Amino acid sequence: MKFKKIFIYLSIACCNGAGDVLLKRGMNSLGEIHLSNWTHIFSAFTNPWIIVGIACLACFFYAYLTALSWADLTYVLPATAFGYVVTAFLSRYFLHEAVSPWRWAGVLLITCGVGLVARGPSLTERRTADRLPAAKEQHELA
Amino acid sequence: MNSLKLWVAIATLVMASSTGDVLLSAAMKRIGDLDEIRIRNGLLAVIGRVVREKLFLLGLACLIFSFFCLLTALSWGDASLVAPASASLTFICSAVLAKFFLHENVDRRRWIAAALVCCGVLLLVK
Repeated sequence: MKFKKIFIYLSIACCNGAGDVLLKRGMNSLGEIHLSNWTHIFSAFTNPWIIVGIACLACFFYAYLTALSWADLTYVLPATAFGYVVTAFLSRYFLHEAVSPWRWAGVLLITCGVGLVARGPSLTERRTADRLPAAKEQHELA
Repeated sequence: MNSLKLWVAIATLVMASSTGDVLLSAAMKRIGDLDEIRIRNGLLAVIGRVVREKLFLLGLACLIFSFFCLLTALSWGDASLVAPASASLTFICSAVLAKFFLHENVDRRRWIAAALVCCGVLLLVK
């Protein structure tokens, strides 16, 4: 159970961060989108960076849905917040964007928030009681 | 002007994605543990079960809309600003929606975490 939680949390964070950065890399080579020619946005789907980015976000989405199926939304969301740490590191070292000390401090605070929620209970008690006892036992064993 | 444009895109993105998150969460709670369904009936059964859920499709529509807002916002600003700013504002917005619509037990621990993330976002903008 513990392992499953950590694994899902890490997949959500890494796929989310990597996906965003790959999208930004793709949009950099595509250029700015103007409202007057917004259909230009569809040409994004032919860009390899965007395609890999979307694949990463698809993995993120599957992990996210799985987590939502056995945990509260307010428990799972911080896992996506942990992706900022990944985003900040990749932005700095892969996209070579300037990440100021203030932004690093922001990343640190967000990480603290994530840590706080992750240590708490994953599901509202009332909902646990709603579940079938047998299914819950099986869930705890896994 | 450019930064106003960027923030309007981010605000739209935040509203769409937190509504989507709440709808998805409600849909997944109806379906039950995806891991159990996958172990019993395989991955295809999971996909089949998920795409037949109306709340899921509605949530997905919100998220697709927010995804296009994200692509637009990313073309206007740095990834290290846009991605964290939008996603963490979504976190606050979703916590409020989850409390009122999903009746989740958002306790002191979770509110403090929401506040920490909020402060983090203010620093990201600096």
